[in-house]
Amino acid sequence: MTERRRETAEEASSKPDSTNDQLLVVRGLKVHFPIKHGILFDRTVGAVQAVDGVDLDVPRGRTFGLVGESGCGKSTLGRAILRLVEPTAGNVRFDGVDVASLQGEKLRSMRRRMQMVFQDPLASLNPRQSVETIISEPLRAHGIEYSKKNRVREVLDLVGLPASAATRFPHEFSGGQRQRIGIARAVALEPELIIADEPVSALDVSIQAQIINLLEELQERLGLTYLVIAHDLAVVRHISEEIAVMYLGGIVEQTDSEQLYLTPRHPYTIALMSAVPVPDPAIEDHRQRILLSGDLPSPANPPSGCRFHTRCPYRQETRCDTERPELRLISPGHRVACHYAEEIVAGTVTPKVDAALPV
Amino acid sequence: MTMAPPLMSPSDPMLGVDPEHGTSLWRGAWRRLRRNPVAILGALLVLAFVLIAVFASALAPYAANSREWASEVTLTSVPGPREGNLLGIDRYGSDLYSQLLYGARQSLIIGVVSTLLGLVVGAMLGILAGGLGAKVDMVVMRIVDILLSIPSLLLAVSIVAVLGQNRYAVMIAIASAQVPVFARLLRGTMLSQARSDYVLAATSLGLRRRTIVMGHVLPNSLGPTIVQATLNLSTAVIEVAALSFLGLGESDPAVAEWGRMLVAAQDRFASSPQLALWPGLAIAVSALGFTLLGEALREALDPKGRR
Repeated sequence: MTERRRETAEEASSKPDSTNDQLLVVRGLKVHFPIKHGILFDRTVGAVQAVDGVDLDVPRGRTFGLVGESGCGKSTLGRAILRLVEPTAGNVRFDGVDVASLQGEKLRSMRRRMQMVFQDPLASLNPRQSVETIISEPLRAHGIEYSKKNRVREVLDLVGLPASAATRFPHEFSGGQRQRIGIARAVALEPELIIADEPVSALDVSIQAQIINLLEELQERLGLTYLVIAHDLAVVRHISEEIAVMYLGGIVEQTDSEQLYLTPRHPYTIALMSAVPVPDPAIEDHRQRILLSGDLPSPANPPSGCRFHTRCPYRQETRCDTERPELRLISPGHRVACHYAEEIVAGTVTPKVDAALPV
Repeated sequence: MTMAPPLMSPSDPMLGVDPEHGTSLWRGAWRRLRRNPVAILGALLVLAFVLIAVFASALAPYAANSREWASEVTLTSVPGPREGNLLGIDRYGSDLYSQLLYGARQSLIIGVVSTLLGLVVGAMLGILAGGLGAKVDMVVMRIVDILLSIPSLLLAVSIVAVLGQNRYAVMIAIASAQVPVFARLLRGTMLSQARSDYVLAATSLGLRRRTIVMGHVLPNSLGPTIVQATLNLSTAVIEVAALSFLGLGESDPAVAEWGRMLVAAQDRFASSPQLALWPGLAIAVSALGFTLLGEALREALDPKGRR
């Protein structure tokens, strides 16, 4: 098992764009929530396009980060992959199996292989169940043979909780400990993929590092693949090898974490990165901060063409407001959804003066 | 695992309580209930009511409806409190005190049975509506809406009229007025619980739908319904009296009944107010006991009361 995992990890690093070592492949995923109106009979008058055409490849054994501001659809994307919300269109292939078309018992047994860690650890734990029940119930549901006492103790130990935690209830723990319980419940089923939806944003900063370290350690020991959803750039950068940036239901840029932070190419990512302080006064003094004007447009009525053109400092007269840019490869392992990505790199397209303010 | 932080620090307030077992929500609620003076008062009243009902024949000095002193009752007056008859004689010549004790039995049996019946049927409808999806929900809730649109006393009166005048008809009548209350309450709580993160988590863990509804959603939705059932007991006690006051209660004249005692007291209210006072007080106090207990239960089960 570990041998095979190591092999695939090597493969992954040698040829990053090959598709046969991808654990999760998402193509054209859309999640639209209908907006209904009417007194007696509901008419569908529109749709909130929470996720609108997302392609994603998550390599086995790696950590894939998904960032974006709140309301951009990143959580919905995570839930649609797990079929916790029904996708409107597109397909999700997990280890070669089309998850989006699975039904009933097949879907249920598939769930064992992909788990989720939630943002609010207290809300995601049933307040009336003891930790022992919380951890052992999924095992029972999947008919996994186990010795209850031993397995629960084993999993608790794995996440750094004492065996005495088993008889206690979620409200008796601190936030960090609760998140450990949530993680224990997820790893008890020995999944291959864990989707972590803002796993640390509800926690104290001092606890965040502990949980992130725990996730990394578990990945090493259990060969897990992570899809980490977060709005905190520092968190995502720290744990992810590959990062996708999401804006208003679509992915605007995807590359490995080093490239994303050193050479962001999409105007939205450039603006995001310009907001991150640099711990070097010499650079910090000359740092240009790009302030985005306006709010995130409504996903019920997204802008035409490029979703970002209403707030983009690099906006051009043509194409931006009429043609939606595809996510395309601009350099090895670097995908950007911008018509003028090359021109921005070359410096022939520059941000509007009023958008760039000296700090 | 060396990176694990120290757990259960000594400052953890829950540590001192019970080192072996955690405190479940029910246990925590029970602990809060025991400390609440309102709960204790309510429980004492209810306990007294139940004890009197169960041991009425042992506590009462005379049989129900003995009519031993019928000769002393005149058209205008009845004998008041005296030696041997603590509260006096009722208008049919029986001991008022004994009648009152026996009356508790009737109110308690009908009140409890009808509330339980209403709770069970209402909860089943609620679980159907709240746990089986939108289409079942739609059908069940429309039925409940129809039931709810009929005034409860009118509904009870019609049911007694159809089923005939006996205690079972009264039970069904009172229960059917309670069914929609429980059905709506449980459905509403279940639907709101179904949207919570732990249900989403249970789904993503691959639990069966049945397990999720019965093992996760339902246990977390029962609190308000249990509170409502306790509160409804007081309403039921009052309705039992109201129905027999209207002449729709127990038909057997040998059975003592608080509502019927009130009816009998009506025409002598000016000369012998004690005939109405005591049964009226008995109804009010027993209903108060259930109300206090229900309110205390609500407080104890309220998640916001959790520290």
